[in-house]
Amino acid sequence: MNPFSSGTRLRDMIRAIRASKTAAEERAVVRKECAAIRAAISDNDHDYRHRNLAKLMFIHMLGYPTHFGQMECLKLIASPGFPEKRIGYLGLMLLLDERQEVLMLVTNSIKQDLNHTNQYIVGLALCALGNIGSAEMARDLAPEVERLLKFRDPNIRKKAALCSIRIIKKVPDLAENFIHAAASLLSEKHHGVLITGVQLCIDLCKISTEALEHFRKKCTDGLVKLMRDLANSPYAPEYDISGITDPFLQIRLLRLLRSLGKDDADASDTMNDILAQVATKTESNKNAGNAILYECVAAIMSVEDNGGLRVLAINILGRFLSNRDNNIRYVALNMLMKALAVDSQAVQRHRTTILECVKDSDPSIRKRAVELVYLLVNESNVKPMTKELIEYLEASDPEFRGDLTAKICSIVEKFSPEKIWYIDQMLKVLSEAGNDVKDEAWHSLIVVITNASNLHGYAVRSLYRSVQAAGEQETLVRVAIWCIGEYGDMLVNNAGRLDIEEPLTVTESDAVDVLETSFKSHSFDLTTRAMCLIALLKLSSRFPTCSQRINDIIVQYKGSFVLELQQRAIEFNSIIARHQNIRPSLVERMPVLDEATHSGRKAGSVPAAVSTSQGVSVNLPNGVAKPSAAPLVDLLDLSSDDVPAPSSSGGDFLQDLLGVDLVPVSSQSGTNQAQVSGTNVLLDLLSIGTPSANSSPSTIQASPSNVDTKSPMDLLDRLSSPSAPSVQVSTTAGSSPMLDLLNGFPSSSPIAVTEGNGLAYPSIVAFESSSLKLTFNFSKQPENPQTTLIEASFTNKSGEVLTNFIFQAAVPKFLQLHLDPASGNMLPANSSGSIMQKLKLTNSQHGKKSLVMRIRIAYKVNNKDVLEEGQVNNFPREL
Amino acid sequence: MIHFVLLISRQGKVRLTKWYSPYSQKERTKVIRELSGMILTRGPKLCNFVEWRGYKVVYKRYASLYFCMCIDQEDNELEVLEIIHHFVEILDRYFGSVCELDLIFNFHKAYYILDELVIAGELQESSKKTVARLIAAQDSLVEAAKEEASSLSNIIAQATK
Repeated sequence: MNPFSSGTRLRDMIRAIRASKTAAEERAVVRKECAAIRAAISDNDHDYRHRNLAKLMFIHMLGYPTHFGQMECLKLIASPGFPEKRIGYLGLMLLLDERQEVLMLVTNSIKQDLNHTNQYIVGLALCALGNIGSAEMARDLAPEVERLLKFRDPNIRKKAALCSIRIIKKVPDLAENFIHAAASLLSEKHHGVLITGVQLCIDLCKISTEALEHFRKKCTDGLVKLMRDLANSPYAPEYDISGITDPFLQIRLLRLLRSLGKDDADASDTMNDILAQVATKTESNKNAGNAILYECVAAIMSVEDNGGLRVLAINILGRFLSNRDNNIRYVALNMLMKALAVDSQAVQRHRTTILECVKDSDPSIRKRAVELVYLLVNESNVKPMTKELIEYLEASDPEFRGDLTAKICSIVEKFSPEKIWYIDQMLKVLSEAGNDVKDEAWHSLIVVITNASNLHGYAVRSLYRSVQAAGEQETLVRVAIWCIGEYGDMLVNNAGRLDIEEPLTVTESDAVDVLETSFKSHSFDLTTRAMCLIALLKLSSRFPTCSQRINDIIVQYKGSFVLELQQRAIEFNSIIARHQNIRPSLVERMPVLDEATHSGRKAGSVPAAVSTSQGVSVNLPNGVAKPSAAPLVDLLDLSSDDVPAPSSSGGDFLQDLLGVDLVPVSSQSGTNQAQVSGTNVLLDLLSIGTPSANSSPSTIQASPSNVDTKSPMDLLDRLSSPSAPSVQVSTTAGSSPMLDLLNGFPSSSPIAVTEGNGLAYPSIVAFESSSLKLTFNFSKQPENPQTTLIEASFTNKSGEVLTNFIFQAAVPKFLQLHLDPASGNMLPANSSGSIMQKLKLTNSQHGKKSLVMRIRIAYKVNNKDVLEEGQVNNFPREL
Repeated sequence: MIHFVLLISRQGKVRLTKWYSPYSQKERTKVIRELSGMILTRGPKLCNFVEWRGYKVVYKRYASLYFCMCIDQEDNELEVLEIIHHFVEILDRYFGSVCELDLIFNFHKAYYILDELVIAGELQESSKKTVARLIAAQDSLVEAAKEEASSLSNIIAQATK
């Protein structure tokens, strides 16, 4: 066989791929090559193994699957020659990552190569270990790497140092083995070894306080001297970058000094002089010099306080901030955030420049600047800063607006000196960028308005004006609709006019006009339109002259295809047409919404009363499960005390809203029934507008959708025929369907329905922290008492979305655990969803020992990794 | 720490990828797609940093190629720019005024050079000369092995003629 005829050369394959005119053509070339390579692999072709692997790497880079080549890497690595090993290791690093099992097979080859006589082969093995080594490999090969830190050739020592970083990151327990070897690297002359040695020390300091103490005591002086030699060094061509000797090494030295000087006065004292020298003497007209200055400022900010140095550092940042180079301005903003914690006064001096950066054309800079501005705002400067930001809102890019409005809303809410100012600013934001405003922001605006009783008239009139000017901003319209519904009379009669207000003449029909236009507008979503209907109902009572017109509008929607609108239209029409006598009390103003509850909810800390009540759906004797008060409370922002007792029929707000006369229906068993359905209507009425505001961690959240289709009808039946008690009789008699209806939400319902064989157990809250709640539901197969099936359900109580959610569990030896994959890895905020995961636990000592489990939950919030751990000891004993 | 290095052409074609943190194959494709969308569309005068998933990506354009490195929030962005430039200068010296085609046809060489420069996401060597010397030494080892092999196959060919 002629060895020169098998397959194309690498170069030819690349040419053929590049010559492909379409993606399909490219795929065809790749498919042909892959087929040839697979054939060569199955023939166990030695001669072209390295060429085939090179081709595979190229194919891999184009994004095609190449897993079939993984074993070839191992074979090449295992072959004796350097060229084969070189390409084999390259393929290994490219085609595999540390999570692949194949990697286990290569540990032994790497171990042999680490002991190879050829130093280049040792280098290859170190490089592979450093780049893709797993924790197991790190543990197995750490002694070899430790030994290589003292290898005769510096190029191996530097590789071993970086490899050690990987090892201690993977297995932090091994850190102490490396402390002394790392310290001795610091006295070397070779720059490569120094750079890597210093880096190793930096990482050791992060992992081990023992290392930090050791370096602080033994190495600070040496490092300062090294830094001084470098800073004063004459021109060194090999390491020179635009007139500076080895900026890479200088930066790493500064970084290590920063770790050593942090929280240690002595060490900080030792390095003060050199930091001052670097800060003053380093050339700042080239990037390399600025990189050093930047690192030096970071070091000054971290080490123990020294007034003079701090001034120096802040001045450097000020210079950076006015630099024309965007990169420099970016890092200046970045560092000023850190400086804020140290010396906020000095940072405030640069406020104007920073505000300018918010308007920069570069999104990266804008983002940094907005974040910094957000931190800069305080009670004394909130007014001018907000003014600037709102003015800028007008000119900002659409994609930046979301960020900016969120920050403005948050600033305004946090620092507003008075309510009227807050309302004014929010109206400006809503008029300018209403479509970017988050739900929480406009919800809080409404809460504030209801609480400022002297500003009701002012607010509704300002809103009326704003809507006339910016009627296309949906959230503005929503707030306006809500306020017109509540305070429409004040709009018309100018009640509570403030001196600063211009007079405004609005007729009753003008007010209804606003609602009608918004209601009929197609650009608004269901929430807005449903809110319009409620406002219209309210106005029908406030403005008797417009009542007929409003009824006409409502009647048109009795046939709406949108269920929600149709239902409301029918309900409201029947209220207007048949229940004149109760309507005024039904549409009275909403009670003042509680600010504390609202803000508490937003912060994610739900009041205790709510979180306990939601767990216990009371199973009433008549078989009707009454959903606990939580959703109701949630919707109306009332504290749970305000939930009406079933017997109260007087002035409770249920009546306020709907005027459901509970008296005729409150026959003995019907009370709870009416209570329940009344609640649901209420839910129904209000829930739709505020799905994301419901931050109760309750699973009952899911229930309205199941319930609202039926029970309001129920209620309406009753409204129209209050003399027909049969309705209640049937519902109470058929108690279990009702139970189903109300507990129709996920099976995590706390009521464990006891099956005939009695193999149901109470569910437990296995773990609860400020942001997470984990519930376990148990079941067992009767034929297999040792095995318990657990359904874990996670909910997120915080206001932030949790991503990359991973649940891990460990059990003692007498238990066996099997975890099924979770239903997802993302948990929406405010308990608005859950992750389910099934676990199977087998207890080999069933009856003797009860279950126990350690759990670990990892997730990302705001891109920060969070790890929560706990132990579950409260398993029911009989499991 | 550098989490990954990407070389992307102006057309969005990947020329080199090196991952120092574990990313599955699927994630890698997604990361590349996301970042090339972000970076290739940025104007020429904007700063060289983009914030992405809680990390920072430092990029720099050289002719038709974008060199991107993803680093942690607290890392020194300016220094990473310098590392990128360091890498480019070494490539330039090795290939003799490097161009995109060099990196396409000799992609493995570019990887070898990167491996002499960065291990475990950290810089290994600040001297361009040292890197060049180490690469040359290893290349000559390969050459020597090739020659030996071809002389062997000549002998075999002669013997079996």
